Amino acid sequence: MTTMQTPNGFNLDTSGQRVVVDPVTRIEGHMRCEVNVDENNMIRNAVSTGTMWRGLEVILKGRDPRDAWAFTQRICGVCTGTHALTSVRAVEDALGIDIPENANSIRNIMQLSLQVHDHLVHFYHLHALDWVNPVNALKADPKATSELQQAVSPHHPMSSPGYFRDVQNRLKKFVESGQLGPFKNGYWTNPAYLLPPEADLMAVTHYLEALDFQKEIMTTRTIFGGKDTHPNWLVGGVPCAINIDGDLAAGAPINMDRLNYVSGVIDRAMAFVKNVYIPDIIAIGKFYKGWLYGGGLSGKSVLAYGDIPDRANDYSASNLMMPRGAVINGNLKEVHEVDLRDPEQIQEFVPHSWYSYPDEKKGLHPWDGITEPNYVLGPNAKGTSTNIAEIDEAAKYSWIKAPRWRGNAMEVGPLARYVVGYASGHEHITEQINRTLRALDVPVDALFSTLGRTAARALECEWAAEMQRYFMDKLIANIKAGDSSTANTEKFDPKTWPTEVKGVGFTEAPRGALAHWVRIKDTKIDNYQCVVPTTWNGSPRDNEGNIGAFEASLMNTYMERPEEPVEILRTLHSFDPCLACSTHVMGPDGEEMAEIKVR
Amino acid sequence: MTETFYDVMRRQGITRRSFLKFCSLTAAALGLGPSFAPQIAHAMETKPRIPVLWLHGLECTCCSESFIRSAHPLAKDVILSMISLDYDDTIMAAAGHQAEAIVEETIQKYDGNFILACEGNPPLNQEGMSCIIAGKPYLEQLKKAAEHCKAIISWGSCASWGCVQAARPNPTQATPIHKVPGLAPKPIIKVPGCPPIAEVMTAVITYILTFERFPELDRQGRPKMFYSQRIHDKCYRRPHFDAGQFVESFDDEGARKGYCLYKVGCKGPTTYNACSTVRWNGGLSFPIQSGHPCFGCSEDGFWDKGSFYDRLTDIHGFGVEADADKIGGTAAAVVGAAAAAHAAVSAVKRARQKGGES
Repeated sequence: MTTMQTPNGFNLDTSGQRVVVDPVTRIEGHMRCEVNVDENNMIRNAVSTGTMWRGLEVILKGRDPRDAWAFTQRICGVCTGTHALTSVRAVEDALGIDIPENANSIRNIMQLSLQVHDHLVHFYHLHALDWVNPVNALKADPKATSELQQAVSPHHPMSSPGYFRDVQNRLKKFVESGQLGPFKNGYWTNPAYLLPPEADLMAVTHYLEALDFQKEIMTTRTIFGGKDTHPNWLVGGVPCAINIDGDLAAGAPINMDRLNYVSGVIDRAMAFVKNVYIPDIIAIGKFYKGWLYGGGLSGKSVLAYGDIPDRANDYSASNLMMPRGAVINGNLKEVHEVDLRDPEQIQEFVPHSWYSYPDEKKGLHPWDGITEPNYVLGPNAKGTSTNIAEIDEAAKYSWIKAPRWRGNAMEVGPLARYVVGYASGHEHITEQINRTLRALDVPVDALFSTLGRTAARALECEWAAEMQRYFMDKLIANIKAGDSSTANTEKFDPKTWPTEVKGVGFTEAPRGALAHWVRIKDTKIDNYQCVVPTTWNGSPRDNEGNIGAFEASLMNTYMERPEEPVEILRTLHSFDPCLACSTHVMGPDGEEMAEIKVR
Repeated sequence: MTETFYDVMRRQGITRRSFLKFCSLTAAALGLGPSFAPQIAHAMETKPRIPVLWLHGLECTCCSESFIRSAHPLAKDVILSMISLDYDDTIMAAAGHQAEAIVEETIQKYDGNFILACEGNPPLNQEGMSCIIAGKPYLEQLKKAAEHCKAIISWGSCASWGCVQAARPNPTQATPIHKVPGLAPKPIIKVPGCPPIAEVMTAVITYILTFERFPELDRQGRPKMFYSQRIHDKCYRRPHFDAGQFVESFDDEGARKGYCLYKVGCKGPTTYNACSTVRWNGGLSFPIQSGHPCFGCSEDGFWDKGSFYDRLTDIHGFGVEADADKIGGTAAAVVGAAAAAHAAVSAVKRARQKGGES
């Protein structure tokens, strides 16, 4: 059978030419994508395969739960910190630990700085080359670029024709050297690139500016967490004690000098996002607003857990500054409650994943998950088990499981958060979306697209940069009111813990909803489960045949040249895939891994 | 003929003055003092950019993220003016076939004359298929590149020691680069840490390019200039250790005064790294300065040495002069390491000659 309709409404047709992209580059981790294109170069079937697996949850069994943040932080060094924060929240939930207000403010600043950094680096250094052609920038008139820059962002100081000419010269000599480095073998003659040369030059210039600037954004985390990548966290609060003007304040983690440093970084980050990132999105968006492919599940089924608690220790939706809820079947009039503890809501399925369940018709809640690896290729796969030419998606085909919310495949991430926020009337989200739609002169439906995903990420970056200021002010006000506490250590000693407890922690990672479920027994980790954003977005098919968010988003996209996967990369990158995060494994009783069988 | 760093920088609009300033900063970053700046300038004026294949195995990409945070030199200048980063799947424009073709092209054009930078490590279980590149085990890509490269940089604790995925029980049998069975015997420099400090990464690259050799390595293959001292030796909180002033629990009076973190688990006394000297993110801070104990992320097997908050029980107020062998199992360079470093010298030299001819 070459055609079928999925329950979530996509018509799959495998009769056309099969195109394989492996590795998908400019992502975190390793991933493969296969599509079928018809005679008109339209994608009629899409298959996304997670191609790495590290088994971190197995490794966590038997460890000290206070150490889990450091292990899980190493799930991903790109969204560094969000797993650590999720982990300390899960352990605090299990042990009933409340954290001080200052710790909440500092954690929020750290988490928001990740949103700012990750979104900015994603757009300029992982995603921009899908829209921007650096070779075409060589043809630009620097004067025209200067005029464009001043028109789209009058407050950005680096805008003179001479400045752009210098960058262009540097780029020109780089290209002429014949050593193209990261730009080598790019798709620079592909007609999918639509920017005029002056816009390409502006964007390439900002690629370099952003590369220089991004290292500053994360220094807030170097102050509060000692280093970045991978700053330090603490169950019960944050490790950085505050000493504003007492004895030895100069040697304290947080003093007046350090607070001033953070404050300065926050101001510069806000300015960069406002004067460079947002104007670039609008400027580039104007040239691509006719390219509205890639909607996938974004207009149908989206999920957000919410994050950034305003007051400490209250994780209810009303106290979260990033929205929480689920939208299904494209009904934006109804935003459903999401409960991470409810066994009926979040379940993971494995009939198309390289794991096995006793009964693969059923999904399992993370509390009760079973994971037994089972690497087998289907009968119609081409090649061998260690040299795959083509995947057989009718069988098992990915190291990623298929999580579902009440049976629905869901999209998560900045666009999902903005759709949930828009549907539930969040003030700042509604204002930002309406402003952007007006600037681009497009209807609200344009939001449900690859471009919409890319725009939502930029808007969230703008909001996150500003919210850092809110929590910085809050931190200072609280210190001024006489509270300099940063950690609650009443229950830090494992001797104070109950014999058996369980907890769940969640955040909104830059890429979407993230949660960790932990069981603690006799002061050690008995079970640890993570369901991460790219597990949702990169999910393979489930028992019913529903396709996941990556796969859905590629459907019915036109490819200029099927042998050059510009459009596939463009849409996959709009999710900011993170594969090291998405592939995990551990049984509830922490069984040893079974040997992987290969047929 | 391939152009030199200096040609590239000049032609890219960098002034002579900025170029010399860059050389001075680089000399300072390497801890070499101002007299070495002209030597670096000379090297950059006369050498072509060397091709680098930066491969990713099982890892979390924290090494790449650290690398782009380098303040001196800037990551931008390393990529545009110092090396030719021909393959790095995290940032390269090409994907799929076009990406893999670059590995082949580099091997053909620069056989035996490119640097292989490894981030992460290969799994040996599951027939290597828990890390797949182009439908095949990553292990194959790694072995092929290693066979044709001149020298290998093992970035971070994954490539150097195995790191988190190799922690007990190591379900994928993730294996550090130097222990990969059947890997071609090439000189390897380990730059451990989770991640390594950005400026240490760029300094290692700059050193290799400038002096056409590996820096002097210790017995475990780490550059002595950054890994010959314990964090404890140069810790700004060391006087509190000596005075017996300790943080007893987080956020107590001692924590607010910046007392020694030894009692809450600090592994600084047994960890060889440059955190307390070079510090992080442009010299801004390091974990101990933020109030968290060092947990030894640059040491072999640090994940499996008990809780990060358990105090070390086997140190007794040793001094900085204590023999490194007794404390951390490190030693001064021995003949093997010196030989490896020497091999790398000629390797890089030949790479340049070959590159220059092409």
